[in-house]
Amino acid sequence: MKMTGSQALMKSLELQGVEVVFGLPGGAILPAYDPLIDSSLRHILVRHEQGAGHMAEGYAQATGRPGVAMVTSGPGATNIVTPLCNAYMDSVPIVVITGQVPYAAVGTDAFQECDITGITHAITKHNFLVSEAQELPQIIHDAFYIATTGRPGPVLVDVTKCIIDPNNPRSEMTWREPSEHNLPGYNPKLKGDPELIRQAVELISASERPVLYSGGGILKARAAEALKALAELTQIPVVTTLMNRGGFPDDHPLCLGMPGMHGNYTSVTAMQRADLLIALGVRFDDRVTGKVSGFAPQAKVIHVDIDPAELGKVRRPEVAIQGDCRIVIESLIEQLKDLGQEPKDRNQWLHTIRQWQKEHPLVYDTWSDGPLKPQLVLEKLRDNTPDDTIVTAGVGQHQMWASQYWKFNYPYTWINSGGLGTMGFAVPAAIGAKVGRPDKMVWAVDGDGCFQMTAQELVTAAAEQIPVKIAILNNAYLGMVRQWQEMFYAERYSEVYLSAELPNYSQWAEAMGCVAMRVDTPEEVEPAISKANEIDDRPVVIDFRVDPVEKVFPMVPAGASNDDIVESPLRNNL
Amino acid sequence: MNASAGKHHTLVVLVENKAGVLARIAGLFSRRGFNIVSLAVAPTDDELFSRITIVVDVKSAPLEQIVKQLDKLVNVVRIHEMSPESSVERELVVATVQASPEIRGQVMDLVRIFEARVLNVGTNAMMVSLSGTPRRVGDFARLLRSYGIIELQRSGKVALDALEQLDA
Ligand SMILES: Cc1ncc(C[n+]2csc(CCOP(=O)(O)OP(=O)(O)O)c2C)c(N)n1
Ligand SMILES: [Mg+2]
Repeated sequence: MKMTGSQALMKSLELQGVEVVFGLPGGAILPAYDPLIDSSLRHILVRHEQGAGHMAEGYAQATGRPGVAMVTSGPGATNIVTPLCNAYMDSVPIVVITGQVPYAAVGTDAFQECDITGITHAITKHNFLVSEAQELPQIIHDAFYIATTGRPGPVLVDVTKCIIDPNNPRSEMTWREPSEHNLPGYNPKLKGDPELIRQAVELISASERPVLYSGGGILKARAAEALKALAELTQIPVVTTLMNRGGFPDDHPLCLGMPGMHGNYTSVTAMQRADLLIALGVRFDDRVTGKVSGFAPQAKVIHVDIDPAELGKVRRPEVAIQGDCRIVIESLIEQLKDLGQEPKDRNQWLHTIRQWQKEHPLVYDTWSDGPLKPQLVLEKLRDNTPDDTIVTAGVGQHQMWASQYWKFNYPYTWINSGGLGTMGFAVPAAIGAKVGRPDKMVWAVDGDGCFQMTAQELVTAAAEQIPVKIAILNNAYLGMVRQWQEMFYAERYSEVYLSAELPNYSQWAEAMGCVAMRVDTPEEVEPAISKANEIDDRPVVIDFRVDPVEKVFPMVPAGASNDDIVESPLRNNL
Repeated sequence: MNASAGKHHTLVVLVENKAGVLARIAGLFSRRGFNIVSLAVAPTDDELFSRITIVVDVKSAPLEQIVKQLDKLVNVVRIHEMSPESSVERELVVATVQASPEIRGQVMDLVRIFEARVLNVGTNAMMVSLSGTPRRVGDFARLLRSYGIIELQRSGKVALDALEQLDA
């Protein structure tokens, strides 16, 4: 069938099952926006292209389907660089389509020309520059295939204007179905090597103090059920990294919660004392390991990951299994069952862990009459929203408190920026998540600093009637940086105060078409949340005025060993 | 001989013959601050693919990570490290050297000793070439220097598995 490149682009997206595109048009991508009108695609018009990228990420993480963004060349493309890097670090499947100047003008410093494939080589799983209309169907097919298989990640497709512009003869093409096998250098391995699985099973059976160290790969592989089955079969406790909160239910007796720099004492210490770490879909990130040489010093390591480059990158494992987490876990379970052995008696280990949990709970000041505590806001929010509420977060103290104090009992309910730590992620990610899961309540837990980076997307949400709810934990500070200055720079505060008066969040939110509330006291918290929960036709913003000097504990200082975990000084008051 | 010789590694990479592939590969090295010592690229017998020989100056541990990262590139089909013991290595050098009629004979001696070839002779210059092991090519190029090099290009090393490797 004869058509133009832009028609082929729309048809290709429809063929991939795309329902929503987040974007903003401009010169080079203009020809694609015309057939968009006649397509089945819903387009969400953002106010800044960074918003489009993070919305695509939020959509992908909430639904498991790839998120799609479409922007113009030059500044449109550079504005989406941060989300591409964010998606690369957190292995989020998104496909970003950028317009590019006509092929004949490439390399001439044409208006809004920018070498976006060059810029994004290091922060995309793959990218394409398309200069022939005829190639579009295959490239779009390959882009989605690459983004969603193996270790997922962002793929950028840079489309030169001439091949989508109906006034240009170069846009004429004949539709041909894309071929399934077009990538000789790309073939993700899913099944674990049976011999290695056997060795892993041996280590598991022999271990006395094992820990399941589970990360984002669990969610990517849709392996939450398998992980639960493995934990229950073996009675091995599970730590859930920041990227896998919800991948194992917090209300499960074997769940230890978040490890790492701001992880809880038990989760951190269980790994430090373990004789075996079963590392599933993790990458031994420095925020988890602390000083690598001091991390889990007595532990043997079984490392399962779909990306072979992760195996041995930071810590050399005793058994390295390349494969999809769900498939490998299922093989482990099968072999463990075949072994027919009674699971080793690990009561002593579980008892020690229970003891730590009792003696080292998370604490904050719940007894004095001081300012509103951010942790209290989170507990109230947690207790007054549905159990399967989707929570997104910005980056900073509020993010860590959200991860610590929320109870994530379902997978895909926690969406945050882990690897890149991108301030401004929460609002657009929440919008993307709500677009993907309109059936679920979506709350963004945001910092005042973060909110000011991408708040304008609430205009998008109001215009499109996407009823997300934003809780700003407003401490008037770049709080996390303030905490480091207090603890490690002798309380010399440098450029961290944001202002308690500016901006006026309520007026701002109202101007953007949201319902706005301000909360100053503990008594006001619950009524405000209830009111927010009832609003279902527009976004809501609550400005929670919280204690400006509250700190996140526990904390492993950067570069220190996890053995040197610092707990809240308030623990002595218990 | 070469002080850093212990750190030189030879990688042979089979890639799709497409625009931008070399930039992706080079980027993986430069991002980590590793210097590419030599590089030879050309299409294979199948025009859809190219074969690249890269000599790089790295310690083994980061090399393992780089090889894995290279392997992750979608356009990279296959990659392996060549050891000097089990491979055959060749390089080509072409040089134009100053050679007035009085010293032409000396240059000719050198060409004969190395079994190199004379490609052309001018009034005051000669163009010579030699293909051989990278070490021999290096020695030849060094000795040419004393006559005054006008222009010189080494091709960069290429390497193939030794025949015994195939039988093994
Ligand atoms: C784009 C970006 N710039 C800077 C930082 C460094 N940074 C990390 S946390 C933080 C403070 C965030 O402030 P806020 O949003 O108010 O959150 P709080 O820590 O106060 O809860 C900063 C500046 C970052 N992570 N991202
Ligand atoms: Mg703040």
